[in-house]
Amino acid sequence: MNHHEDKIDGERRAFFGVAAGVSAGLVAPGVVLHAVSAAPRSEPVTDAVRWGLLIDTTKCADGCRACVDACDQENGLDLQSKPEGQSEAEWDRQKSVWIRKVKLQDNQTGRVTNLPLMCQHCEHPPCVDVCPTGASFKRADGIVMVDRHTCIGCRYCMMACPYKARSFIHETIHGQLTRVPRGKGCVESCNLCVHRRDFGTASTACVDACAAEGHNALTFGDLNDPESPISQALKAMPSRQIREDLALNTGVRYSGI
Amino acid sequence: MAKAVVRAGLVVVSLVWALAAQAVLAADLGSFVKEGSKAAGLSACVEPTEIMRRDHMELIEHQRDETVHGGIRGTKHSLAGCIDCHVSTGSDGQAVPANGPDQFCGACHAFAAVTVNCFDCHASVPNGGPVSESGVAAHQTAGIAVAGGGPAVKGQ
Repeated sequence: MNHHEDKIDGERRAFFGVAAGVSAGLVAPGVVLHAVSAAPRSEPVTDAVRWGLLIDTTKCADGCRACVDACDQENGLDLQSKPEGQSEAEWDRQKSVWIRKVKLQDNQTGRVTNLPLMCQHCEHPPCVDVCPTGASFKRADGIVMVDRHTCIGCRYCMMACPYKARSFIHETIHGQLTRVPRGKGCVESCNLCVHRRDFGTASTACVDACAAEGHNALTFGDLNDPESPISQALKAMPSRQIREDLALNTGVRYSGI
Repeated sequence: MAKAVVRAGLVVVSLVWALAAQAVLAADLGSFVKEGSKAAGLSACVEPTEIMRRDHMELIEHQRDETVHGGIRGTKHSLAGCIDCHVSTGSDGQAVPANGPDQFCGACHAFAAVTVNCFDCHASVPNGGPVSESGVAAHQTAGIAVAGGGPAVKGQ
């Protein structure tokens, strides 16, 4: 009796093993590439995804700073304060800014365009080319960021960036957030809320804030996935890269400019 | 002869004191496991105690590269994990920075005369979840689903 049961057990195991393997092989490619994982990331990022932003400048409101404020809170940029004795103008130039609200005016027609300008997450980033220590790098999923452990604060990357996207931390910072370690002597810039990517949250702080304001000017998503909202929007409406002439293939695209 | 005996005695006494000081330090550090934390229910840290005492910096340094470049967050060798379990709570109920002179990191590093630079940038108390609270509120206002985020989830 026991022998008979053992034999059946063995056959079932073999069958289930093959069945599981076949169905995993069929299902896994679709699921693994496009699923948004809920748990903290345990496997290294791959180039299967390329994160990007699409900014519809026609929906970007004049005077609205929701994206900038949300970025400041999410990434702890609001922890910095003007050093004593520094002028307002100098502080404005030196403080850490990950998103700048830019207002453009066409002098011939008078048309005004508002847009948020942040790190453009280039495919061929000049900041990475010039970094002497390898601290400025592009993650496999297209996010351009700074490894602050190896950054020596030389600021070559700030010089190289055509978008003025990077900031240098000049003063000691206290009360840092666990999710965004940052300190004096390093360069930093928008990293598309990289902690949100790794903890499996769907969007970035700026996108959420813009949607909460009802403007919906920003779309975040995977540029490699033809079905993602950002890819669909890019397919549907005309868009441009800022400084297309540099052929950097930016991950942040603008429409209406 | 008597002089030699006295000298030997002094050496022995100083050795005993040095050992006792270390034992006291180790005993003090034993109490820096947060009550109700993951560490409180474990007999050792994420690795055996001897390895943690000698090689914790190697583990953290290896982990930092995997986290920054590979985006791996859910592993046991994260610095945020150290802070979660080992930070102590002051009489006012607030977490005390772990690099303070009498705290888990600070006390031992002061004893060993090794400067700890981690907290120039990293939070020395648990501070905020993986997503900002205002971010979660914005998510809800905008009707965007929060997949796995939220302030309740502890950062690793």
